[in-house]
Amino acid sequence: MSKVRVLAGTRKGAFILTSDGKREKWDVSGPHFSGWEIFHVKGSPADPNRLYASQCSGWFGQVIQRSNDGGQTWAPVGNKFAYDGVPGTHQWYDGTPHPWEFKRVWHLEPSLTDPETIYAGVEDAALFHSTDGGQNWQELSGLRGHGSGPKWQPGAGGMCLHTIILDPSDPQRIFIAISAAGAFRTDDAGKTWRPINQGLRSAQIPDPTAEVGHCVHHIAMHPSRPRVLFMQKHWDVMRSDDAGNSWKEVSGNLPTDFGFVIDVHAHEPETIYVVPIKSDGEHFPPDAKLRVFRSRTGGNEWEALTKGLPQKDCYVNVLRDAMAIDSLDKCGVYFGTTGGQVYASADAGDSWAPIVRDLPAVLSVEVQTLP
Amino acid sequence: MIRVILPPHLRTLAQVRGDVELEVENPVTQRSVLDALEVRYPMLRGTIRDHVTQQRRPFLRFFACEEDLSHEPPDAPLPDAVASGTEPLIILGAIAGG
Repeated sequence: MSKVRVLAGTRKGAFILTSDGKREKWDVSGPHFSGWEIFHVKGSPADPNRLYASQCSGWFGQVIQRSNDGGQTWAPVGNKFAYDGVPGTHQWYDGTPHPWEFKRVWHLEPSLTDPETIYAGVEDAALFHSTDGGQNWQELSGLRGHGSGPKWQPGAGGMCLHTIILDPSDPQRIFIAISAAGAFRTDDAGKTWRPINQGLRSAQIPDPTAEVGHCVHHIAMHPSRPRVLFMQKHWDVMRSDDAGNSWKEVSGNLPTDFGFVIDVHAHEPETIYVVPIKSDGEHFPPDAKLRVFRSRTGGNEWEALTKGLPQKDCYVNVLRDAMAIDSLDKCGVYFGTTGGQVYASADAGDSWAPIVRDLPAVLSVEVQTLP
Repeated sequence: MIRVILPPHLRTLAQVRGDVELEVENPVTQRSVLDALEVRYPMLRGTIRDHVTQQRRPFLRFFACEEDLSHEPPDAPLPDAVASGTEPLIILGAIAGG
């Protein structure tokens, strides 16, 4: 019988949650790296027992951990993230130039085919990769060198490269997103990049339709349709049908189109999920009701999924990397909250139950579907 | 033998208990002790001083013999009591809540 393994990164450690294919009973292991912020944990699609974790701390900086046995044991690997050449400046919050400074790794994206190859999205925004299992890291500096870097600026959480999507149909194509610069695409494996923000509109910046400067919160793609992208922007849910060349808004009847997460059903490429959050100044659900919204039409028409989720007095947030979807049938949907709950649905979102209720604030959730 | 006391999280990372003992050739300085520490425990690279600038991370301090040595030049000799192993070099993390 299939199994699932949920990898949760939290403010004070990593947790690994495992279940059989029924997804009713869960074993919880952790905290791994107790006391450290774990921004992200992700497994290699090519070797599911190869896991990588981003471990960081205000005191001790960045550590990258690697496991070869599905998270039972871990060993630190390389943690030197040195920008290529003279880093230059980006905009600070007040618009003044500010030097690029490495702070932490937000997102780790293992190669689809090689367990030794992995990409890291970092703050201040840059993309690194390793081809030796995380021992050594090199910047793919064509992204920062694209020319718009001096106009990039941090969101409130920092100037982070938080989304990395590898195109399964084209190993040369990678999508990334940065808060607050926007989305970018390479078609030559990271040598050169282009901003893909046409159609985004952000009232919070001087030119609402600028080429860069948009606060993209997350992007999702179904592997069977790699030209179709779904985006949760600071405000607005967007979709692109041409690999990011243009975007249109699909917020439709959502109660608010602010939020962080967005993901796609494992078997229905037009079924997508978001968790609306009241506003950028109020990072909690509207009406104090925790609701996942599902669209079966690729956006615009949304239904609230509430069964098993708190529908009163709920003031948690769901951060951008804290939703994941398994590939069982029916697919499982998972998300973690800043209140420490990890919720799971074994029926594609129709009903929900917490796997755990009282973890530290959840920063990220990933899931592996195992044979 | 030089003795170094690490903060608890770094002891866990380096998988050591108690003080770390290091052979360090003269002159015994912050730099030579940290170099030796990082050779013995490569997972500590970047956690005490920045990989690129080699600057002490801002939330850490270096104490020895009841003195704050954090702002001493990295190549200044450490106190004789540290060099002789009588007193440890203490690497201390800032106290903070949360």
